[in-house]
Amino acid sequence: MTRLPYLKLVLATLALGTVISVVMLQVDWFGDAAATAAGPIDTLMEFTIVISSFVFAIVCVALGYALVKWRVKPGDEGDGLPIHGNTRLEIIWTLIPTAIVLFAAGYSWVVMNDIEDKQPDAMTVNVYSQQFAWTFGYPEAGNKWSEGEFHVPVDQQVIFKMHAQDVIHSFWVPEWRIKKDNVPGITTEAVITPNEVGTYQLICTELCGAGHATMRAIVVVEPREDYEKWLAGLDGEVPEDLLLTADQAIELQKQLQGTEQGIDSSGVDETSAENVDQS
Amino acid sequence: MAVALRQPGWYRGALGALLGAAFGFGLVVALRAISGLDVFQTEQTGYPHVIVPLITTPFGFLFGFGAFDYWFRWAAGKPTVPEDHANHGATRWQDYFKFNTDHKVIGIQYVVTTFGFFLIGGLLALLIRAELAQPGTQIVDANVYNGLFSTHAVVMIFLFIIPMFAGIANYVLPLMIGAPDMAFPRLNALSFWLLPIAGIIFLGSFLAPGGAFDAGWTGYAPLSAGAPLGQSFFNIGVQFAGASSIATALNFLVTIITMRAPGMNLWRMPLLVWANLSTSLLVVGATPFIAGAQFMVLFERALGMNFFQFLEGGDVISYQHIFWFYSHPAVYIMMLPGFGIISEIISTHSRKPVFGYRLMALALIGIVVLSYSVWAHHMFVAGMFDWLRVPIMITTLLIAVPTGIKIFSWLGTMFYGKIHTYSTSMLFALGFIVTFLIGGISGVMVGMVPLDIHMSDTYFIVAHIHFVLFGGSVFTIFAGIYHWFPKMTGRMYDEKLGRVHFWGTMIGTWGTFVPQHWIGLDGMPRRVADYASQYGDWNLVISVFAFILGTVQLVFVYNMIVSWRFGPKAGNNPWRANSIEWQVSSPPPVFNFDQIPRVVGGPYEYGTPGARHAIMGDEDELELPEPKPSTVAGPA
Repeated sequence: MTRLPYLKLVLATLALGTVISVVMLQVDWFGDAAATAAGPIDTLMEFTIVISSFVFAIVCVALGYALVKWRVKPGDEGDGLPIHGNTRLEIIWTLIPTAIVLFAAGYSWVVMNDIEDKQPDAMTVNVYSQQFAWTFGYPEAGNKWSEGEFHVPVDQQVIFKMHAQDVIHSFWVPEWRIKKDNVPGITTEAVITPNEVGTYQLICTELCGAGHATMRAIVVVEPREDYEKWLAGLDGEVPEDLLLTADQAIELQKQLQGTEQGIDSSGVDETSAENVDQS
Repeated sequence: MAVALRQPGWYRGALGALLGAAFGFGLVVALRAISGLDVFQTEQTGYPHVIVPLITTPFGFLFGFGAFDYWFRWAAGKPTVPEDHANHGATRWQDYFKFNTDHKVIGIQYVVTTFGFFLIGGLLALLIRAELAQPGTQIVDANVYNGLFSTHAVVMIFLFIIPMFAGIANYVLPLMIGAPDMAFPRLNALSFWLLPIAGIIFLGSFLAPGGAFDAGWTGYAPLSAGAPLGQSFFNIGVQFAGASSIATALNFLVTIITMRAPGMNLWRMPLLVWANLSTSLLVVGATPFIAGAQFMVLFERALGMNFFQFLEGGDVISYQHIFWFYSHPAVYIMMLPGFGIISEIISTHSRKPVFGYRLMALALIGIVVLSYSVWAHHMFVAGMFDWLRVPIMITTLLIAVPTGIKIFSWLGTMFYGKIHTYSTSMLFALGFIVTFLIGGISGVMVGMVPLDIHMSDTYFIVAHIHFVLFGGSVFTIFAGIYHWFPKMTGRMYDEKLGRVHFWGTMIGTWGTFVPQHWIGLDGMPRRVADYASQYGDWNLVISVFAFILGTVQLVFVYNMIVSWRFGPKAGNNPWRANSIEWQVSSPPPVFNFDQIPRVVGGPYEYGTPGARHAIMGDEDELELPEPKPSTVAGPA
């Protein structure tokens, strides 16, 4: 059994891993960044790319070396060496990957806590989604509302509280790196601090029906004065029927039960709403 | 004719289907009349007049076709012949179109049928790529488009990958463990015949008013609950496909546990057997969850029950928990049998024992255990309990460890081997390692919560699942078909055409799915009929490669059909492999072995002079030829 050229193999792996990492890191994978979450997320991605490049390099070098070195010569009908395993090696390639993925999990946890950290001065924007339109409410500005477009001040943490009226939708602004499903019946939250002035697109990323691909809205991040001006130009309050939360839905159902177009117009008594709730 | 209608077969099956349909329709009409409802009503998504016959017609067909004849005779106390093998073996091509209880016939029925569904699913994919080749709407509108990708996924998952592996194992596994057949041959045949039924139901949904089911293969409620009639075809089709999977898995479990040849203890089982043992443990544990989830949606749609309607107190997210509790293990149901196939091929074609055999087996069991604890990584942005994200992230990343063990051990198997790369099966095995590796790496990325928040539901996910399911499952399926083709047909395929097929598939796969990572990260969501024009160029590239990938599969079809008919005779053991299936004739005799073989050693004893895996029944042990000395120097 010839000894493996360990040094050459290690050097080849390091070289290939470095080359792949460097090439991969040249590319701006996530595109433009426009929120504070993008920094730590993009760094985490770069860390993952480097680790992955070396994993890929290890496999490619090992596979390439094996194919070059032990590819059978024509006519050779013999067998390879009857090596059944190597306990030490097997322990190594169990423990080292375990350590790497646990580190990656810990790192991700730190990043997650970092990007979801709420500031005391955060403002709230309500997001209402329905097939196939977005509506936005500003509870701190007299519950004014806008349709198909929303503005937020730059460098201000915003907590988006999301509500869906019919099916599940999902809120995604790629430049902000944050995505959250809007789920009928519950309120979900996303914490975002936009830090680049500009106009972006809000994209629905949960299949919601025929209009899913076109369910988009305009996102404007602007200096606070411009934002205040825009807000002042809005009028009215968020329409009642957009304000459905789970509790309100039950209330609504109670009211509807008395009417013909009730969701459950089978003539059950008024207490059935509670019964539904309990079941 | 009257005789034909009394015998099990297609005529009685057709009659049974008609009677089943009439019974279902009549039942609805009668029950509605008794309840004082309008006898006919279509102004709803329920359509009971369609849904109930959709369930009763297949049963009518199966009764007529003869799937239950034996059991009924037995239950009625009529004389049965336990050793009745009238439905066993195939001498004519017509025997493949019968209710046949021979595991080898069923194996081929599975492989050919599911490959047909692969071609159908592939055509659906090409329609998708044709639409996406340019921004805007050219070929199909958004509704049809949603139906196309939903049926594409469902056909590929439920009618191709999962049953194809069941089919390959059906053929090979009993031979491998030295068993004359599967434990429950009649159940085995029933499992197969449920599949075309599921296929007809899924594809039949294109004819339903409102089109095919279009809420994705995930069928998230409440979108699916309010969708047109086609969605019910999905709900019901999954029951047939799922019942088929569960019955087959039970069959594999009992077969593997009770029918191994004498001497084959757990540590002498080939890794393909280990892989199917693991897969079956996943199938029997997890599949009932998707069956349950789809019944719940069906009951919402047809019976007015409520599970997921928030306006009536239902819980929307619970659908996803139930669904993914099956559908994440399902990914491993679609991977583990392939791992088994690759272990067989790499060991055989490297002429070397599998490196770290026991750890390879334990890694499979590790994946089974872990895979039940990772379902919610599909839901990091779904609005589920926040606290669940970190534990699920940890288990998700940990599952990379046993998977890594497998990849490293395959490489270890090749070191100091004698690697033969002339066979297409080995090419696909090697191509699988690098291609699946990419899918594994991107899997770790999407497993990390902060990255997943960005990547979830983008084309990055589409790229990831296709690197896993095409680079993983489909590559291993091709590897397996090429590897056992000589055993199944007794003939060799054309290696030249095999190489064309391999390189075309390799280039097509990478060209199609690599750019999807990029456009996904950059902001293109998945499941969209139209997209921002800045992604037009890459989508055109993707579509071109997808058509290359699709076209090159015709080479495979041609190779298989022509070689099956005209290929040179293969001999019993063209790969000089050790495992038992190669020690019998090609194709094997009807009952596999005249005498059950005795297993005397591990399955991969290449390179050890004189070592044997099994002694076949017809060999006289005393007159064994002196083992040839190995042509390589033994270990120093």
